[in-house]
Amino acid sequence: MCTQTLVLDIRNLKSHFFTAKGEVPAVDGVSIQVPAGKIIGLVGESGCGKSMTAMSIMGLLRYPGKIVDGTITLDGRDITHLRPKELAKIRGNEISMIFQEPMTSLNPVYPVGRQVQEAILLHQKIPKEEAKKRVLEIFRAVGIPEPEKRYHSYPHQLSGGLRQRVMIGMAMVCRPKVMVADEPTTALDVTIEAQILRLMKQLCDEQGTSIILITHNLGVVAEICDYVYVMYAGKVMEQAETFSLFEQACHPYTQGLLQSIPKLDEKVEWLHTIKGVVPNLLHLPKGCSFCTRCSQAGRRCFEEQPGLYETIQGHGVRCFQYESGVRLDGE
Amino acid sequence: MENKNPKKILLEARNLVKEFPIGKSKGRLQAVHAVTDVSLSLYEGETLALVGESGCGKSTLGRLLIRLLEPTSGQILFDGEDITSLDEAAFSCYRKQMQIIFQDPYASLNPRMSVKKIIGEPLSTHGMKNKKEREARVKALMKEVGIAEEFYNRYPHQFSGGQRQRIGIARAIALNPKLIICDEPVSALDVSIQSQVLNLLKGLQMRYGLTYLFISHDLSVVKFIADRVCVMFLGNICEVGDTEELYQHPLHPYTRFLLNAIPKADPRLRSQDKELLAGELPSPVHPPSGCRFHTRCPYAKGLCRQKVPESRQIGGRQVFCHFPLEG
Repeated sequence: MCTQTLVLDIRNLKSHFFTAKGEVPAVDGVSIQVPAGKIIGLVGESGCGKSMTAMSIMGLLRYPGKIVDGTITLDGRDITHLRPKELAKIRGNEISMIFQEPMTSLNPVYPVGRQVQEAILLHQKIPKEEAKKRVLEIFRAVGIPEPEKRYHSYPHQLSGGLRQRVMIGMAMVCRPKVMVADEPTTALDVTIEAQILRLMKQLCDEQGTSIILITHNLGVVAEICDYVYVMYAGKVMEQAETFSLFEQACHPYTQGLLQSIPKLDEKVEWLHTIKGVVPNLLHLPKGCSFCTRCSQAGRRCFEEQPGLYETIQGHGVRCFQYESGVRLDGE
Repeated sequence: MENKNPKKILLEARNLVKEFPIGKSKGRLQAVHAVTDVSLSLYEGETLALVGESGCGKSTLGRLLIRLLEPTSGQILFDGEDITSLDEAAFSCYRKQMQIIFQDPYASLNPRMSVKKIIGEPLSTHGMKNKKEREARVKALMKEVGIAEEFYNRYPHQFSGGQRQRIGIARAIALNPKLIICDEPVSALDVSIQSQVLNLLKGLQMRYGLTYLFISHDLSVVKFIADRVCVMFLGNICEVGDTEELYQHPLHPYTRFLLNAIPKADPRLRSQDKELLAGELPSPVHPPSGCRFHTRCPYAKGLCRQKVPESRQIGGRQVFCHFPLEG
């Protein structure tokens, strides 16, 4: 990974929530490297901190959430604690985001074409006519039929798939370096999901945009990601190239996750389960955060926190079983 | 699951139609054609899955079958009895035998009722008035679905999504029903919790000989739990058949596209040129003429635009297609 140029480099990011019940470490020391033109997957179950990582990158964390430590570097520039005005210049221009629910993320009282046009006019000094042309171009590129007609449509007149295409168009129209996609296909049907995933991959290849794809669906990761980070309770548990992860998952949590999904090509009597539930972030175990559910946990796992160890090049695992490897999260 | 011979039909739908009126346009009444002319049999002790994309009418059909919705026309037979037009009093003994588990465990439990009330309510409604007896039964049910007894007095907000779904399941099995409609019971749950709940459902079925109608859009989940699968598209049935066979050799083009579209958890199966279904779901207010799938079907011919395909039997499978794929 280190030989490629990184467009986005997140180091030891810690985003905490300050609630009445105490400090919640939603993101607890996450490091993510995004090389140019690659699709990076961020997987995990609800509450593992994957969306909070995205919000931190975009500077969208609001009280009671706060970045308490770490750096986010976009193309060599530290954007961790930018002022709102400076952030606004970057957001939608150099780094953009698409959300899970395309209905709530588009403004219902403006035609969709105008909303995309606004994104262009905010960042570039070009005449309105010119911007409209660009909108129609991007609508064509993301596969919206009859772009001239759709330009004047309101969000409620479009289907979920089309709305998500508009969102992707809006996110891509300024040719950002990085696009953060938070569960972009979760609300869509499988046949539409497949179309959208293919579109994202294609745009990423054509424009050289990197994508951080946040999802709970390991199938989606296997389909389009180049590199994967598996998160659990605010920490990265395992990181690897996609093929490496699916061929040889090392962390007991990743193994459990992969075994829990029902497969299309095999018939089993019972599904594998990971016992128990995700721990409360306010009362995390003293040792490894997965120890309470881990079938391979030893005594040490309950006492000490494991580091992130490298097994083979580019494959890191947060588990004492791999302690012989080089420690990646240096402490 | 060999106990299904000889097969006894528990629930049968004959030519069910459900239209939701949505007002007038240009002086003519408009309606959403949610379910159109569906005939389906459910055998005792089996799991039949209803699959399809949103808006295909699978949830509506599930609700029609247990009369949570009244059909526009058609017949429903339960245990051989016509239950379509029974009044509430006569229907109540059937109501006991058919239950439902909902998708959203946050919306389907009353936030102001404790677990003891939620699970105990169907019991008291159907005649278990003795408080002690009821308490014992509720505790037994909680144990059955894996909720600790000491949570007896807790409220829904004190539980996680998976635990809430377990409470919903306990409520559904409280009256020893014969049939349970599972309407997307695991789609709101995380992967690791999903497998726990699926195992629980399968275990309960084995123990009590339950019949499930399992509504889902997730074909991998269906593969695990269902004996037979019914694929729906825009209010019509496309194909009904044995799970294993249907997955191996889909006969209806739509089934094949659905199976192809699922992202598989194996990067070696990725391919850039895999066939994807183009376009979107047609409007259920003005469904296409002939075969409803023809606007998206790459194999559609003239006949498909004109004539609604009739049911065909191909090797024990029911297919609604003029030109089924080679088996």
